[in-house]
Amino acid sequence: MESSVVYEGDLNLKATELRLGLPGTDEPEKQNMSSVRNNKRASPDMAEDGGSKGDSDAKNGDCESAPAAKAQVVGWPPIRSYRKNSFQTKTEVETGMYVKVSMDGAPYLRKIDLKVYKGYADLLQAVENMFKLTIGEYSEGEGYKGSEYAPTYEDKDGDWMLVGDVPWDMFTSSCKRLRIMKGSEAKGLACGV
Amino acid sequence: MDPKRSRNSPDSPESTRFPDEVLERVLSLLRSHKDRSSVSLVCKDWYNAERWTRTHVFIGNCYSVSPEIVSGRFPAIRSVTLKGKPRFSDFNLVPENWGADIHQWLVVFAEKYPFLEELRLKRMTVTDESLEFLATSFSNFRAISLLSCDGFSTDGLAAIATHCKNLTELDIQENDMEDNGGGWLSCFPENFTSLEVLNFASQQGDVSFDALERLVARCKSLRVLKVDKYVKLEQLHRLLVQSPQLTDLGTGNFQQELTPRQFAELESAFRNCKNLHTLSGLWDATSLYFPVLYSACGSLTFLNLSYAALQSGDLVKLLPHCPNLRRLWVLDTVEDKGLEAIGSSCPLLAELRVFPADPFDLDINHGVTESGFIAVSCGCPKLHYVLYFCRQMTNAAVATIVQNCPDFTHFRLCIMNPRQPDYLTGEPMDEAFGAVVKTCTKLQRLAISGLLTDLTFEYIGKYAKNLETLSVAFAGSSDWGMQCVLRGCAKLRKLEIRDSPFGNAALLSGLAKYESMRSLWMSACNVTMNACRILAREKPRLNVEVMKDDETDSRVDKVYVYRSVAGPRRDAPPFVLTL
Repeated sequence: MESSVVYEGDLNLKATELRLGLPGTDEPEKQNMSSVRNNKRASPDMAEDGGSKGDSDAKNGDCESAPAAKAQVVGWPPIRSYRKNSFQTKTEVETGMYVKVSMDGAPYLRKIDLKVYKGYADLLQAVENMFKLTIGEYSEGEGYKGSEYAPTYEDKDGDWMLVGDVPWDMFTSSCKRLRIMKGSEAKGLACGV
Repeated sequence: MDPKRSRNSPDSPESTRFPDEVLERVLSLLRSHKDRSSVSLVCKDWYNAERWTRTHVFIGNCYSVSPEIVSGRFPAIRSVTLKGKPRFSDFNLVPENWGADIHQWLVVFAEKYPFLEELRLKRMTVTDESLEFLATSFSNFRAISLLSCDGFSTDGLAAIATHCKNLTELDIQENDMEDNGGGWLSCFPENFTSLEVLNFASQQGDVSFDALERLVARCKSLRVLKVDKYVKLEQLHRLLVQSPQLTDLGTGNFQQELTPRQFAELESAFRNCKNLHTLSGLWDATSLYFPVLYSACGSLTFLNLSYAALQSGDLVKLLPHCPNLRRLWVLDTVEDKGLEAIGSSCPLLAELRVFPADPFDLDINHGVTESGFIAVSCGCPKLHYVLYFCRQMTNAAVATIVQNCPDFTHFRLCIMNPRQPDYLTGEPMDEAFGAVVKTCTKLQRLAISGLLTDLTFEYIGKYAKNLETLSVAFAGSSDWGMQCVLRGCAKLRKLEIRDSPFGNAALLSGLAKYESMRSLWMSACNVTMNACRILAREKPRLNVEVMKDDETDSRVDKVYVYRSVAGPRRDAPPFVLTL
């Protein structure tokens, strides 16, 4: 049981690690290393190339030929760090997934950010806290047992689905709004398919 | 300056000696440091009169002179502007602890200029201890401006707020400032009312809003207020109500769900700001709340939208309300359509900066292209300053652009993929920059990018006769390119080069020139230690500083050459070799 820890920087423990596998079986990590070191020279080839005026093949200076794995060059494009920092927080806000949550019988709706939750248990716990109710336990065959509530959601196609059937990521990407159904309506969804 | 007077120079014994008091009175009216430099060269009397009357000194490179020399020459200084690290330090090309520490300057100033009032620093290291020392050493201190500095935290600001009783300006821009809480704002005493400029937009945390509100309320002369992104819209409203006299506003976060009443109140507050000419901040702004701004936009001359990821439609809605814009900064999320809107709504535009929203995502194809740039050039003939980040460009487009706007003084084009050719023809971008230097005779600053051969540099050397600053990255084919520039650009002061195939011959060809320049930076080029040693030996009045990553390689990674009357640095860290 080994934990594969990648050390970026000087402490290249990976290189001195004792393993039973063949060397070179960790392609992704190797590429990471080279991109960190890449800032030294934009291309080692370039130095030998010098002197070719007007040679439009100078582009071969790029040492990374794999198109997908373009390494980042230090300080390029020339953007100041304070501006880079403001981007990071910006994208956090941008990808927040706020959906409305309605509960049958409640006077007003609430909104929650699905991105904040790690999974169904987390989400349902939060909903339970928000509306002061218990939702019960999920089972594939029988829906939510042990309470008169069933958490449902409207998906991209406009259909009302029971929360919990699909993998979490699929759920967060297709969920448009949540509705906590109560009573007899809920019973309908709790039945097996 | 009277030409007759210089002809009656004191070479002749019966020269008309102008009484010192009168000369000094006249010279004290001179503000421009370039004029003052000229005056000081006329004769010894004028040199002396000038040095006694100078109250502001501008030092473009803190290592070109020492605080002792400065204070020895100018006894009456009240205001100092200092610039430190090479510009490429903004992009992490200069290691930490390189230098440019303000402290020793402050120590000397505390003794020689106890009445110092203003300090403006750019790219310097400033510690909290230094800020505390500053705040407690100068009883008349009024204005501090820190741009792109590092080494301090909000604790340093607390020291300033606590001790500087006559402070009019606290301008903290774009810095690497550590956030130890927003309590520093509460350190301004309750009877403190003199503040005119307050800018803490680059702070990364909350401030005590109550303290801020009370401060704004009692500082009736406040004209510049730039808050950080943690100040919410409804808080902004409360601030605006207290300060309708503002000319320069930086909002906080512009995204918050407001009730209709809050919306109306905010709109009314903006309507009362009749003097607003600069607007910035606007973090996360969407066009939803732009209408609150419309009434204040009529007088705007500078709008900074570079923290708001707007779409083209948002600009289409906003810009018609801003007919007087001279300067506009945007993110490339507005795309070409947004730039077309700029072209059609902003006829007076003189400066445009388009920043990339996703500079490090090399796979996406968004942002702006050459057509957006062309559209702006068609509608904005007065354009003279441009900073443009894009992922594709053509020679023909640039030629069209400069034909539409021949008055460029600052042309900074960044094609984000290094060494990218004209995407339509596959050719180098030489002709693009050739067109720029041939057409824009007033060009002072140029930044080049894309696939470039020595031909670009031939053009620059031949045509860019007013060029003062040149930035080069991933460009050129041989030493010849750099030689052309050094030989041809008589007014060149700052040359910064990275990742280009210029070597020893190129470096040494500038031997005669570097003393007339502020500085030269070369990193990841082909210069070796030997050449640097030769340069250092031939030119003792230049400081030649080398940074090498690799002990075995004879090539230097970074060389920084600058003229200095102070001799080699005494504070150089171990990784900087002074030759």
